[in-house]
Amino acid sequence: MGRYVIRRLLQMIPVFVGATFLIFLMVYALGDPVTALFGERGPDPATAAALREQFNLDKPVWQQYLLYMGKIFTGDFGTAFNGEPVTDLMGRAFPISARLMLVALFFEILFGITLGVITGLRRGRSLDTSVLVLTLVVIAIPTFVLGTTLQFFLGVEFGWIDPAVSPEGRLDELIVPGLILSLVSLAYVTRLTRTSVAENVRADYVRTAVAKGLPRRRVTVRHLLRNSLIPVVTYLGADIGNLMAGAIVTERIFNIQGVGYQLFQGILRQNSPTVVGFVVVLVLIFLLANLLVDLLYAVLDPRIRYA
Amino acid sequence: MIAGTRLAPTLVGVTALALLASGCGGGGSGGSGGGSGMVRASWGDPQHPLEPANTNEVQGGKVLDMIFRGLKRYNPETGEAEDMMAESIETDDQQNFTVTLKEGWTFQDGTEVTADSYVDAWNYGAHLDNAQIASYFFQFIEGYDEVHPEEEGAQATADTLSGLEVTGTHTFTVRLTEPFALWPETLGYAAYAPLPQAFFDDHEGWLAKPIGNGPYQIDSYQRSQSMRLVRNEDYAGPDKAKNDGVDLRVYTDNNTAYTDLQAGNLDVIDDVPASQLKNAESDLGDRYINQPAGIIQTVVFPLYDDAWSGEDGVKLRQGISMAINREQITERIFSGTRTPASDFTSPVLGEDGGFQEGLCGEVCEYDPERARQLIEEAGGLPGGRVTLSSNVDTGSHRQWLDAVCNSVNNALEQENACTVNPVPTFADFRNQITGREMTGMFRAGWQMDYPLIQNFLQPLYYTDASSNDGGYSSEEFDDLVDQANSADNEEDSVRLFKEAEQVLVDDMPAIPLWYQNGTAGFSERVSDVRLNPFSVPVFTEITVS
Amino acid sequence: MPDRRSDRSDRSDPLGAQQRASADALTVGTAEEVEGAPRGLWSDAWHDLRRNPIFVVSALLILFLVLISLWPSLIASRSPVHCELGRSLEGPSAGHWFGFDTQGCDVYTRTVYGARASIAVGVCATLGVALLGAVVGGLAGFFGGFWDTLLSRVTDVFFGIPMVLGAIVFLSMITLRGIWPVVLVITALGWPPIARIARGAVITAKQNDYVQAARALGAGNTRLLLRHIMPNAIAPVIVMATIVLGTFIALEATLSFLGVGLRPPTVSWGVDISAASDGMQFRNAPHILLYPAAALSVAVLAFIMLGDAVRDALDPRLR
Repeated sequence: MGRYVIRRLLQMIPVFVGATFLIFLMVYALGDPVTALFGERGPDPATAAALREQFNLDKPVWQQYLLYMGKIFTGDFGTAFNGEPVTDLMGRAFPISARLMLVALFFEILFGITLGVITGLRRGRSLDTSVLVLTLVVIAIPTFVLGTTLQFFLGVEFGWIDPAVSPEGRLDELIVPGLILSLVSLAYVTRLTRTSVAENVRADYVRTAVAKGLPRRRVTVRHLLRNSLIPVVTYLGADIGNLMAGAIVTERIFNIQGVGYQLFQGILRQNSPTVVGFVVVLVLIFLLANLLVDLLYAVLDPRIRYA
Repeated sequence: MIAGTRLAPTLVGVTALALLASGCGGGGSGGSGGGSGMVRASWGDPQHPLEPANTNEVQGGKVLDMIFRGLKRYNPETGEAEDMMAESIETDDQQNFTVTLKEGWTFQDGTEVTADSYVDAWNYGAHLDNAQIASYFFQFIEGYDEVHPEEEGAQATADTLSGLEVTGTHTFTVRLTEPFALWPETLGYAAYAPLPQAFFDDHEGWLAKPIGNGPYQIDSYQRSQSMRLVRNEDYAGPDKAKNDGVDLRVYTDNNTAYTDLQAGNLDVIDDVPASQLKNAESDLGDRYINQPAGIIQTVVFPLYDDAWSGEDGVKLRQGISMAINREQITERIFSGTRTPASDFTSPVLGEDGGFQEGLCGEVCEYDPERARQLIEEAGGLPGGRVTLSSNVDTGSHRQWLDAVCNSVNNALEQENACTVNPVPTFADFRNQITGREMTGMFRAGWQMDYPLIQNFLQPLYYTDASSNDGGYSSEEFDDLVDQANSADNEEDSVRLFKEAEQVLVDDMPAIPLWYQNGTAGFSERVSDVRLNPFSVPVFTEITVS
Repeated sequence: MPDRRSDRSDRSDPLGAQQRASADALTVGTAEEVEGAPRGLWSDAWHDLRRNPIFVVSALLILFLVLISLWPSLIASRSPVHCELGRSLEGPSAGHWFGFDTQGCDVYTRTVYGARASIAVGVCATLGVALLGAVVGGLAGFFGGFWDTLLSRVTDVFFGIPMVLGAIVFLSMITLRGIWPVVLVITALGWPPIARIARGAVITAKQNDYVQAARALGAGNTRLLLRHIMPNAIAPVIVMATIVLGTFIALEATLSFLGVGLRPPTVSWGVDISAASDGMQFRNAPHILLYPAAALSVAVLAFIMLGDAVRDALDPRLR
């Protein structure tokens, strides 16, 4: 087990190098970002050249990459075009995105699994149908519409919340954004749980447990749910990164300068230090989340062992 | 003052529950003062460091306008350049100027504003090594080519502009490379602001908390998040702030700012989001501002492409121009926040400044039949179709692009004669334009640097000018512009510029679409909110009740 | 090979959650099927499916959608790109049942014509993602060890690539036109979650007694994977795929909105939905959002039902 974890942690190194290079190459492929800094005005060649030199854009791509990597190991992730160090951006964006992600994840686990178990046990009943309809709504109506509508009613009509989240991003402010963010994932979690539960409800161990006369609640939670959770846990693990990187619409609506927003800005302004820096941290988060999920497999299904 | 405390920006985002519990206490407020006299306004993240000569967009400009005052200032109402820190700017030959400063002005760190503050700042802004985005403002001053050679890779051969000379504590002289009658009128732009010694001594520290000489000083600045500006009690100028200060808060999306205004968490938003224009009047009533700004939107043609050049090209361009129903688009898509354009300038210039409604004549009016006829005479659209390109990452361009193409298609009675070509990023779009890779028409917007007709014509249509994106070149036009620049007085100058503009109407290198208005909304807590011709709120005038 | 059918008849539902559809399936004897024949699993499934009302309804719906995708003019006589700005945002009226959108285009016509691109992108991208994800994840889970490490770490790297970045880079480099670039980009960047799910499901399924037994009896890898593990691991992949289909139709719109999706004047539900939400137009004229969104919902519903039916038919435990 310990060795397994250490091996997995060591695997992060090649992934880290591979991911940085790939992303670096991709941002480079977007083209020259300097012209856009001059707005609608044509750039004057000398200033443009000076700016390219300042951001190392005048060098071949491999050299840019090496210079960048060299700096990373000293803790310098470069600067955004507005002169702000990328580490500052990350220091602001990741904590708030992480909190938002946790809130969304909480909703997914609480509502998603509960609804999934109930609908899985009562397939075809009215609750099952209602959940299906809600799923369709969540998929077909853009997050932007749901988010702004909820924001308008709660924030303006009823005055229960403030429409915009403060820069500190306290947990209580993140409840509504977190809920909005979790909606689509909720659909996945609910349906994955539902399917899994519907399958396992016929497994031998459940029948045995019922035959033993165990209370229904206990059977459901201890036996049925535990064995149904593997796909759900896998999905949740994969979703952790997505909830942080892909929250751009939610972040825009509620004025959160999170990972999704910064990453998107970095891409639009073709600023490779920003993009690479953020993606690298995201990849590390993905790796850790997946490691956690793999370890959970062994907890949920004792037959699975790691050497 | 329940409302005031409750709405203090540092409390923005407190949940309803917390609000109810804290009542008017506002104990969580981290800012100074009760905030009762503070104006809370929306802001966007400046794209460049906040240096005067390194700012070319409105969000950074907004702050510079509050913390700096230069030699001149554009009257917020009329747009006229008026002396601010300048006691006098004298010249006999339109080329050598003597600038005398008013005495008694200080920077917010207590140091005096002297002739050196200006000359040093301008030398800094012009020098290539500092890579300032707006250094072209100093190009008229003698010696610019030495400190900022044009060619890529060239090195500066001088440290300072030879045309600038300090002649006393409060006087300096400027020598231009050639006569430029309207030059003093350009001095209201932020790039010409003076800089304190602290800027050069501790650059990083200055950037973290800029120090200027304007009516406001920066109290605290959280990058990309918020800025708190308080009234500069020692401000020497006439336009002292009528409020205690301004709290700027960065919004990543205008829609959120608008919702926050509705919810009472914000006092002023400039630039009402396009999506809310239809609702703004009913939501805000007379707290909605919609007034002309110095912005014109045009569609430019790649004149370097054979398909669009020559006599037929002119007819094609005129035909397309007449196929665009400006009236309907400005009304339906923009809810009246744009005005159909009928010349190449902007209404904010005023009649005296060179704006002339209807100068463009019938070619800027909707006439589908004549449009069809002209395009047929020219042998039809090149390849039977035309694309309209624009970046789609910023601004809400989608809808009007579609509407323009639909209008053209309907006028020509052809489906898909005009199609929109969306370009993902502004950078990509600009690269294609400067690389002269365009094959069809493309969007161009121009926000004036200073309210002069020269600024609407020369940078855009003079041969090889910096923003001449279509590659237009006309000897006649260039001649008239040269004459206008060296004219003895403003009246002649404007008259000559208008003659030059007439050349544009005949050649149609670009189709004027509409003049853009500035929009803003404000809360019941504040009054006297106005926009200047640059569509920036005049913060000093705002009063808080 | 364990006989999965023999104990079917005495299977009862311990928690009383028997689903109607599978109850139907239970009564279908299929005694004439040859036990253990190589295609038994699939023909069995097909047999079940045909009698499942959910399957029939969803299949008919999908057939209808495919028909109007191929021949939209069957039920819409106008042109989807003929728009009169003067009628912008007009509500439903006679002859224009769904009203007009911001540009003054007929919403009904656009909704009908939008089916083609939306369904094509949704279905193709979903198939691509499901196949790629299932193969990569399945192999990683099945073989474990080195292959698991390699495939999983590649998955991790792909997880990290932001869709927007990938799409802009990819679509600016290839010159293909039509739906294929969008399908390719979504497939190339959308498979990692499904791969993770498939891997997890295969790891679980591989522990089952009958798999161990089959392995002990000398069943080859291919046979193990296809006949024993896949039917037990496919359910979560199908669930993911049916939902992902809807989100891909919406994602197409996001990409188009960013200028890297379908080129104008292609009509699609996603583009209309995002145009309706872009301008907050839904506040003034909900109909322009409602109809394309409803069409998208119907399509997703059809595929979710189809997925459910197929999953039930393939699941040995529900027999």
